[in-house]
Amino acid sequence: MSKIIASAAIRGASRLVKQAEEMLEKAITEKGADFTFEFPDTAYYMPLIYALTGFAVKNLADMKVALSMAKEQLHSEPEEKIWKPYLGEALDSGMASLFAEEIIMALRYIYGLEPATDPETGYVYNGFITDTIQRNLGIQLVDGTMPGFAAVIGAAPDDDTAVSIIRELQEKNILIFLAGQVNGNSVTKQLLRKGVELGWDTRIVPVGPDTEHTIYPLDWSIRASLIFGGKKPGDFKGHLKYTKDRVFAFALVLGELDDIKWTTGAGAINMGYPAICDTDVPVIHPTGVCIYEEVDKEFDHSKIVQKAIEVRGLKITIEKPPIPVAYGPAFEGERIRKEDMFIEFGGSRTPSFEWVRMKEMDEIEDNKVIVVGDSWKEKYEKGGKMPLGIVIDVAGRKMQKDFESVIERKIHHNINEAQGVWHMGQRDINWIRISNNAKKEGFTLEHLGIINSTMTHTRFKSIVDKVQVTIYTEEEDVLKIQEEARQSYKERDQRLGGLIDENVDTFYSCLLCQSFAPSHVCVISPERLGLCGAYNWLDCKAAFEIDPTGGNQPIKKGELIDARYGRYTGIDEYLRKASGGAVETLNLYTIMENPMTSCGCFECIVAIVPEANGVMIVQRGHTGMTPVGMKFTTLAGTVGGGTQNPGFMGIGRNFIISRKFLAGDGGIKRIVWMTKNLKESLREAFTKRAQEEGVPDLLDKIADEDICEDSEKLLEFLSSVGHPALEMESIL
Amino acid sequence: MDKVIKSANEAAEKIIEWSEEHKIETCFDRAQRMKPCPIGASGACCKICHMGPCRLVRASSEEETTGVCGATVSTISARNLLRMAVAGSAAHSDHARDMAFTLLAAAEGEAKDFAVKDVRKLYRVAGILNIEFEGRPVNDVARDVALKLIEDFGRQKGEINFIKRAPKKTIERWKKWGIIPRGVDREIAEAMHRTHMGVDHDPDNLLLSALKVSLADGWGGSMISTDITDILFGTPAPVRSEASFGIFKEDEVNLVVHGHEPSLAEMIVDVVNEPEMIEYAKSKGAKGINLGGMCCTANEVLMRHGIPTAGGFTNQELAILTGLVDAITVDVQCIMPSLAELSKKFHTKLITTSYKAKTPGAMHIQYDEHRAREIAREIVRTAIDNFQNRKTEGSHISDKFPVIAGFSHEYIEYMQGGRWRASFRPLNDAIIAGRIRGVVGLAGCDNPRFPSQGLHRFLATELIKSDVLIVSTGCGSAACGTAGYLTPEMALEHAGPGLREVCEAIGIPPILHLGACVDNSRILTIVSAMAEEGGLSDEIGGMPAVGIAPEWMSEKAIAIGCYLAASGVPVIFGGDSPVEASQEVTHIMTEVWFERFRGAMHFEPDPEKILSMTLDYIDRAREALKLRKYEPGKFGAERVLMDMSTRRELEKAAKPHLGIY
Repeated sequence: MSKIIASAAIRGASRLVKQAEEMLEKAITEKGADFTFEFPDTAYYMPLIYALTGFAVKNLADMKVALSMAKEQLHSEPEEKIWKPYLGEALDSGMASLFAEEIIMALRYIYGLEPATDPETGYVYNGFITDTIQRNLGIQLVDGTMPGFAAVIGAAPDDDTAVSIIRELQEKNILIFLAGQVNGNSVTKQLLRKGVELGWDTRIVPVGPDTEHTIYPLDWSIRASLIFGGKKPGDFKGHLKYTKDRVFAFALVLGELDDIKWTTGAGAINMGYPAICDTDVPVIHPTGVCIYEEVDKEFDHSKIVQKAIEVRGLKITIEKPPIPVAYGPAFEGERIRKEDMFIEFGGSRTPSFEWVRMKEMDEIEDNKVIVVGDSWKEKYEKGGKMPLGIVIDVAGRKMQKDFESVIERKIHHNINEAQGVWHMGQRDINWIRISNNAKKEGFTLEHLGIINSTMTHTRFKSIVDKVQVTIYTEEEDVLKIQEEARQSYKERDQRLGGLIDENVDTFYSCLLCQSFAPSHVCVISPERLGLCGAYNWLDCKAAFEIDPTGGNQPIKKGELIDARYGRYTGIDEYLRKASGGAVETLNLYTIMENPMTSCGCFECIVAIVPEANGVMIVQRGHTGMTPVGMKFTTLAGTVGGGTQNPGFMGIGRNFIISRKFLAGDGGIKRIVWMTKNLKESLREAFTKRAQEEGVPDLLDKIADEDICEDSEKLLEFLSSVGHPALEMESIL
Repeated sequence: MDKVIKSANEAAEKIIEWSEEHKIETCFDRAQRMKPCPIGASGACCKICHMGPCRLVRASSEEETTGVCGATVSTISARNLLRMAVAGSAAHSDHARDMAFTLLAAAEGEAKDFAVKDVRKLYRVAGILNIEFEGRPVNDVARDVALKLIEDFGRQKGEINFIKRAPKKTIERWKKWGIIPRGVDREIAEAMHRTHMGVDHDPDNLLLSALKVSLADGWGGSMISTDITDILFGTPAPVRSEASFGIFKEDEVNLVVHGHEPSLAEMIVDVVNEPEMIEYAKSKGAKGINLGGMCCTANEVLMRHGIPTAGGFTNQELAILTGLVDAITVDVQCIMPSLAELSKKFHTKLITTSYKAKTPGAMHIQYDEHRAREIAREIVRTAIDNFQNRKTEGSHISDKFPVIAGFSHEYIEYMQGGRWRASFRPLNDAIIAGRIRGVVGLAGCDNPRFPSQGLHRFLATELIKSDVLIVSTGCGSAACGTAGYLTPEMALEHAGPGLREVCEAIGIPPILHLGACVDNSRILTIVSAMAEEGGLSDEIGGMPAVGIAPEWMSEKAIAIGCYLAASGVPVIFGGDSPVEASQEVTHIMTEVWFERFRGAMHFEPDPEKILSMTLDYIDRAREALKLRKYEPGKFGAERVLMDMSTRRELEKAAKPHLGIY
């Protein structure tokens, strides 16, 4: 019965708190109470303690305060008979355990023991999950490609069972964290033995060998509430409601449980995350702390994943094309090394391209895949490399020429999501590899066609009525059709160049993030793409055609109220409604007055540097200091959560090279500092824009991290090169 | 002749048998001898002026017979009921007033033996009263809270403070019918005026006044008392203790605290643990000092300190009959005057402590909160001094049962999710899913006119078997405790399958002891929190919840019944109806009130019918709320699996959780 669980959770908590205390005392003796600590790359101190209590742990003395908070939550075990209630006490104890585990991990970091290394295999676990990874995953969390999260604790009864459970989770697009062990065995070890590729790319993330390491994914999930949910530190009710309602995480506990597993599980139940075990454990079925059951069991390993998904209340729809290998976003990040490769196409090794072409309904036959070339099969069987042209013809009553590029950009995902097939690049610079394993499973060139026709139908349901795929394998054909394709790419680019805000009467909203950031609304115009970088105006237009009640809604621009700052009556009206009154008005082209809000998954942050009369830009993943005295992670903490923060703004990378970038504030000439990464990746387009602005060498006048990381040196540099911002009107 | 069962409590019955053998009279004998006056019992006797008393009997129809002044039986029975409600409200509220002044005296340093014990609760109440508390000295906040609540008694216009804790829709109903109380004393005085000869004759109008004066009790006096008692002495959390006559010890000084007000009893709890006192007891030949409780003073100290209880109202004489009680100290309410004569037959000292409540033949030690410890010591010393006078005679009984008590509103919220996730969500979920069919407040007195405590026992066991969660107060709690029902094992052995699962998950008994009768206010805040939490009714009315007072006898029970009915809880009283004489009044209190307030007040002598009416109310409420039909053993939440687009809609569907506090 539940009392057994409560007793174990309460016992486990006392043990963990005691352990944390001993480790902490030792550390204070050896390093001093003012020894500072922070987890790698986070703006949220010890995230769980920070989120729930608002207390920022910055050194060992603070850690002692945090530990006393854990101690306050300890209780005594329920009596044998005539017991007093234990559920609330067990949940408190669980939380005490999580606090203790966070402290234990911090101390392990201080002593260089984290990320942990497996002594037998030398495998290095992930350890603490950084803010950058969190933000990188942003769009996947909201667009349905990563609908849930599983913490798999312990070890399966045998290696094959471990693999099959993990594969099933992967196919359901679930992000998997591995921790804990049973008698020295663990799922991590089981997968390593079976040669399964581990890591963020395959969505299998071993965080550490012990149950205590489960705190890392929990730390990660509570940050979703801070970053995307905009909940304030200390608002524990808000945070825990957010995790319960919006973070669809659960634990699969394989093998025997001990007090530490129970108590960690009790902590996770506080966050709304249930546990499903494969052993004969007591269950807790009444609901309310979790949305459904808190603890349940399923002995059949072929059913345990499905059971877990139902217990968490998760709906997963997967579309799998009829191909002989597994399929799903989890396989997108797989690499195929040369020795694992069976055959490759493009990548400047052979001529290759991919092209989506709009056709009339009667011109094509739906779902037909044609592979052109008499002896393609023999050539394919030999392996090595081959020329390849993929032409996808689509027709549909609602199809528009503009959607060609939208559909074409999905080819990358279509192909990459097949296990053992890898894709990179686009248009005529694409590169595809098929692995030995995939070949062994029976994967052929026809399957490339099948994948694209199935997935194009799936992704563009109401736009596309017919899809026909032609695959060219003869070099001569490929080169010939490639020319046609190039002509089409060029026409598209020209048309896109003319697609400016002034020429359309409709912008689009993007509300995809509202599943995680409920008060944020993106406004996407032809010249301003979404801050996540994933959605531009055409994407939104297509998305609206596909699902008129979906996450992208048209916004009639209405009257232009302020041409300089980009303020429109229609947008204001829409925003007031969509944000529930939180945002009154928005200026599209300035950072200084009512700028765009952010959900938290922005690619870059623009921040003003008042002393330089300009702005700086830093991208997600940059770990160094910036001239405003804050790292990306800290800056990001001030921008997210759906609020307007004049002087700070999250943007998509490509917005930097838009003509509307801070147009009201003076445009790109305001950029005084920008990371090398951004400079390099945007160089060509940026230089073109700089020429238009009459400062062709602007890029060289912009400082980067090699030149300076503080404002004093920045000013010196800017005066030495004569940066135009210094001469412009005051930005404030 | 068949033997008449007088008490369903086996230990009590043994003592009664002993008393009969020894020819010592108790309320049980008197109840046999003294039948209720049939005219007064049905509400047809009017004695408010000296033209009467008028007995409105033999009426072939309601209009035909009137009193001398022309008052109809409907006017008379409504007026009588209103007077009962007034007296009940006055009792609770005067108790509350004393608590408020004790808090004030403690805050101002004038009652040095008392201090604010539960600062968190003080802040919570201050928050409700819009009193600034952050960064202020605790005593300043306590003073402001006391003063603000004292205003509730003498306020002439406006609304009493705690009205705003009710759900909006419930308040709307009160507004519509003009029954939001202004000030406790004003409502009591006005109701007394209305019932004076020749003032209010409209039964409906009189009964609305009964609701209004009772709301001043429930959301005024009683709630003030509960909150201030929590502030001063601590908000209850589960404690283990014992109940029944076996709590008395042969070799220790047995001191009983009896009545309703906890402040003296709290001090006595403290004093009996003083080493000097224990030494003193030893010097008199006792092994120690054993403190026990009786009636609602017992509930107060049981909830907060685990002091064992000898039981409820009808056990009071029986405690003395054990011959083991060296002193019984009484404060106010429900104290039988017979104790004085009875205690003289034994060595027991009866000590009255309130100038408001004296009994001829009792020893009087006036309580004064400014000298609380000194007085408590005097009382304890009196008990110790009397130990050596103890004789061997008496019905020594060793039966006792373990008890888990201490379920405050705050703890009930906590137990469902711990400090981080405390809420009423799990309870609402369990009701929605059909694990819990509904909730019953089992309250009220116990009564020698029935096999005493028997109806409580019958209803408690039947209801939990039907998956109804019970919250109990006052002598209802005592009846369940002395029957051994207040244990978690009771759920495992006797609860229906759904209720059992919930009790097992949390670790609770199927019957939650909320405290004294004044703590029925906790039922109001709990049901309000359930409404606020969402998923069930958005007001108190319409919840699958019923109040039952199966063995009621005191006027306080009528006040409680009226405030629950006005708040939206159907209430069923056992025994014959005190308004039976008027069909009109009966109709108003049931159907008319239900239409207006979603609450009602029934009187039903047949226990089986009480049970079926209760389940019927619950099932109809479930049906109206479109909850799944209750079927024992079949429950489960409707699973709504979430995809991304439903997740985006969450915010729009969500209702912020405000909570009652």
